[in-house]
Amino acid sequence: MQIVLISLLNGLVYGMLLFMLASGLTLIFSMMGVLNFAHASIYMVGAYLAYQISQVLGFFPALIIAPLVCGLIGVAIEVWGLRRVHHNGHIAELLFTIGLVFIIQRLVQMTWGMLPMAYRVPPLLDFPLFTIYGANFAAYRGFMLLVSAGMLLCTWVLLKKTRIGLIIQASLTHPSMVGALGHNVPVVFTTVFAGGCLLAGLAGVIGGNYQTTEPGMADGMGPIVFVVVVFGGLGSLAGCFIASIIMGMIQTFAVVIDYSIADLLAPVGLALHGDTLLTEVLTVPVSRIGGLLPFVMMVLILFFRPRGLLGTRDT
Amino acid sequence: MSASRAASRWWPTIVVVLVAIALPWIFYDWAHHRGSGFMISMFSQMGMMVILALSYNMLLGQAGLFSLCHATFFGIGGYSMVHFLNAAGDGDLPVPMELMPLLAGLTGLALAIVFGAMATKQRATAFAMITLGIGELVSTAALMFHHFFGGEGGVSTNRMIDHSLFGLNYASGIQVYYLILAWTAISTGLMYFLTQTPLGRMANAARDNFERAQFIGYDPRMVRFIQFALSGFFAGIGGGLYAITYEIVTFDALAAPLSANALLMAYIGGVTVFAGPILGAILITLLQSGVSLLSNSWLVYVGVLFIAMVIFAPTGLAGIIHAHGPIRRSGRLGRLLVPYLRLVIPSLALVLGFVGLVELLSFLTIGAAQGRKLVLFGGPIDIKATMPWAISAGCLIVGMIWLRFEAASFHRVWDGLTAELKSRR
Repeated sequence: MQIVLISLLNGLVYGMLLFMLASGLTLIFSMMGVLNFAHASIYMVGAYLAYQISQVLGFFPALIIAPLVCGLIGVAIEVWGLRRVHHNGHIAELLFTIGLVFIIQRLVQMTWGMLPMAYRVPPLLDFPLFTIYGANFAAYRGFMLLVSAGMLLCTWVLLKKTRIGLIIQASLTHPSMVGALGHNVPVVFTTVFAGGCLLAGLAGVIGGNYQTTEPGMADGMGPIVFVVVVFGGLGSLAGCFIASIIMGMIQTFAVVIDYSIADLLAPVGLALHGDTLLTEVLTVPVSRIGGLLPFVMMVLILFFRPRGLLGTRDT
Repeated sequence: MSASRAASRWWPTIVVVLVAIALPWIFYDWAHHRGSGFMISMFSQMGMMVILALSYNMLLGQAGLFSLCHATFFGIGGYSMVHFLNAAGDGDLPVPMELMPLLAGLTGLALAIVFGAMATKQRATAFAMITLGIGELVSTAALMFHHFFGGEGGVSTNRMIDHSLFGLNYASGIQVYYLILAWTAISTGLMYFLTQTPLGRMANAARDNFERAQFIGYDPRMVRFIQFALSGFFAGIGGGLYAITYEIVTFDALAAPLSANALLMAYIGGVTVFAGPILGAILITLLQSGVSLLSNSWLVYVGVLFIAMVIFAPTGLAGIIHAHGPIRRSGRLGRLLVPYLRLVIPSLALVLGFVGLVELLSFLTIGAAQGRKLVLFGGPIDIKATMPWAISAGCLIVGMIWLRFEAASFHRVWDGLTAELKSRR
């Protein structure tokens, strides 16, 4: 029971972190048709910037400044990069963001070195928030939940209740009509791209000390975020939210489950012996293949529902 | 007329093959009677990469499919090859060495059929994301299942299986090089042949206009699927050759960086021309063996080169060469010589300034951690001094501004020439 509750909470924290990344990605994708491969790189930049700023000004200014800087980086990428390659088609845009991944990866390594950074949870939040069944739940995780829930609320209000959100939503489906009505669609694009990068940066700030701030963090996070976006359905924020939470839960629960398929077969009377490929596949405990599960889930959903959980369109 | 035209079409191919055959002997150490190991392994690597890049271009260039899991099939070919070789070494698999890559190719084909059935239902961006997931699925699995993949350490083998069509034992690198060359030539020929078949043509059609391809009665999904499966087959052959050369296959052979590499090679070489990826594979392998030995910042250069290609030359190197075709045929190539020479100096300044800055920056952190001294352009450089930084930044800025002017004047000459050619027609 204790394991279930703690895993549930941790899964929620991780899922919200995933959602912060994936929501920006899916917004950018559904509006501009651009799959931003550099999204996880921006997440990494956010974490590094937050580390650097928190060294000088402290954690809470970093929480504000680092995402804003990431947003500005997003503006620069959109205005000087993506717009130039836009007329070469979607594949050129994809390729452009892949090139960015290489450059950002290496620039980060060049600036901060190859070793993990000592980016730690601020002392103010470094205490156990409450105790369930003898296990502590860190206050920082509660803070992460708070920040991501606040961000979720802000994004929702911005998209559904304001005029800007109305224009953004209209540009998702009918960009040329929005342009004909006198709105500056490229500026809307830039805003959305910057907003997505800002969210990624924010995720980096609060995720950098939850996980570790090191040069491999973008590579670790990137594929999972893509899985979330595909699983939830391209262009669907609600689907993206559900998928993030599911992925977060799967990842955290997988770590604590020490059963394998063979254990399920044992009561039926099937016992496995020997050392072959088949027995290895069947006897490997779930905790060891936790990293594999998101991809298996993705393949499964693509098999049964190619457009994802709540996706509305094929691409 | 037609004979001479055919000859003029085929002579580049013949020259390339002859050069490839002669290559090991150019770098042969006659004094000690042995080949240059570094050179031969680099040329062998080139052969595999040519197959990888060409088979990748069957998707990206010919079918418009942007795949991110191409290394998966390459890697599976490699892993299965190791197991085939081990079986052959134990005497369980009576297949001569020369035909082994075919088995690896078939493994690649089998896996590509399974994954292709899932991935090719979609196209464009969704396809890219699905293939990304597939690639990650397999490479994560490779670290988890030790039986087939050997975990982190990979699986190793011995290529001397004593079963050959020509009585060779493949102990030396040169014999392996010729095996690779033969398979590269065969695969290249087959892939070229495929572009001429109805399948290749329909792949182009489905890339250019999805609806019309459907309209004339073909199922674009089927076309995509077959194209995907076949490209997996060729990638598997490449992976098989990889296993033969290195006798060990690790996680690197199917992980995402190699998929990205396939993309880089195909794109920088040029996806619109069949031979483009060959050019890209040779260039990138050269750069990789050369630059990565000299510099820590290899990835930055590749990234910048790649982005520059995407922005300024989306048709790749082969596309640029191709664009010169009409001018060359009209005999006016000489008039481009001076404008080209004028581009050289500012470009050099730009490149030098950029390289200088990147190297200085990388030595501030990584180099310092490794305790090495920066040696740049032939001499040791003190990274703490202002001078090198100022010179590099100056070169970069001056080169950039100057290049803008020169590029504009080059464009004028180029446009003038093409307009002349048009008016003559």
